[in-house]
Amino acid sequence: MTTSMTDNAREVSPPATGSRTTFWLGVVSLVGVVALILLSFFVAPEDDDQHDAVRMIFIHVPMAMLTYVAFSLTAIGSVLWLWKRSVWWDTVAHGAAEVGVMFCGLTLFTGSIWGRPTWGTYWDWGDVRLVTTMILFLIMVGYLAVRSLDGDTATLATRAAVIGIIGAVNMPIVNRSVTWWASRRTLHQKSSLTDGKLEGLTLFTMMFGLVVFSIVMVWMLIHRFRISWLERQVSEGDLSEALIARRAEAAVVSSEGGSK
Amino acid sequence: MTHLGYLLVGWGVSLLVVGLYSLSLVRRGRRLAERVPAERRRWMTSETPSK
Repeated sequence: MTTSMTDNAREVSPPATGSRTTFWLGVVSLVGVVALILLSFFVAPEDDDQHDAVRMIFIHVPMAMLTYVAFSLTAIGSVLWLWKRSVWWDTVAHGAAEVGVMFCGLTLFTGSIWGRPTWGTYWDWGDVRLVTTMILFLIMVGYLAVRSLDGDTATLATRAAVIGIIGAVNMPIVNRSVTWWASRRTLHQKSSLTDGKLEGLTLFTMMFGLVVFSIVMVWMLIHRFRISWLERQVSEGDLSEALIARRAEAAVVSSEGGSK
Repeated sequence: MTHLGYLLVGWGVSLLVVGLYSLSLVRRGRRLAERVPAERRRWMTSETPSK
């Protein structure tokens, strides 16, 4: 009976973190990235002012928008962990933070590379959006650092959740900085998307990039979520083994004491 | 094409990082799955928060 249940579980359980859903998401992601490269470099027109440097927009803007999505998920998961003690949401928060840090790092990198030919510099400490994005990145690196510490899982999750919420508070500042500090000397222009400056194939390619990287992010989030879940299972298993070993040790000591 | 060097570095590094991170997720998952019994490898089977 037990053997047949185990066999049954082995049949239905996935060998790792992949599944049919992630397989097809992966296939669509790969095809989408190839299509995005072709669209960005061979179909979309060059800009009158920026010339071909404008092609960085097709990767930079989707990365920036998905950074907001990932860190918003972290904030929602953090609130629900603190409020309801939901392990599911805490796991989502952790996974989204890791994926978000990667997207945020790439947002800073692609923005910096794009800045050199268009602004004449890789970085400017006077640009509020650059600095606030860097602060957001460092806050969320701090989140991941706390989660990687040794200690009580629930305590670390609570401390990380507070950091995740602080990161979320910073996001509207990052997003609105080009408007709120418009009078300052700033390199970032106001949003080209909401100002209606983008149109035709340029707009289409950027939106296509957003869709493609959204699918990539969903694929990553599913895998990362399952990794966190497996990590919990491993740590719970290790704890059970340690308890069994400790009890066996105590039983040996007591039986030796009794025989003396 | 103008600014080709910047475009190649920007796009190349980004896609490389995304690819390597994806690969690391798959490998981490495989490594962990080996340490978890098959019957506990179903997602969201436990309802108790870990202390």
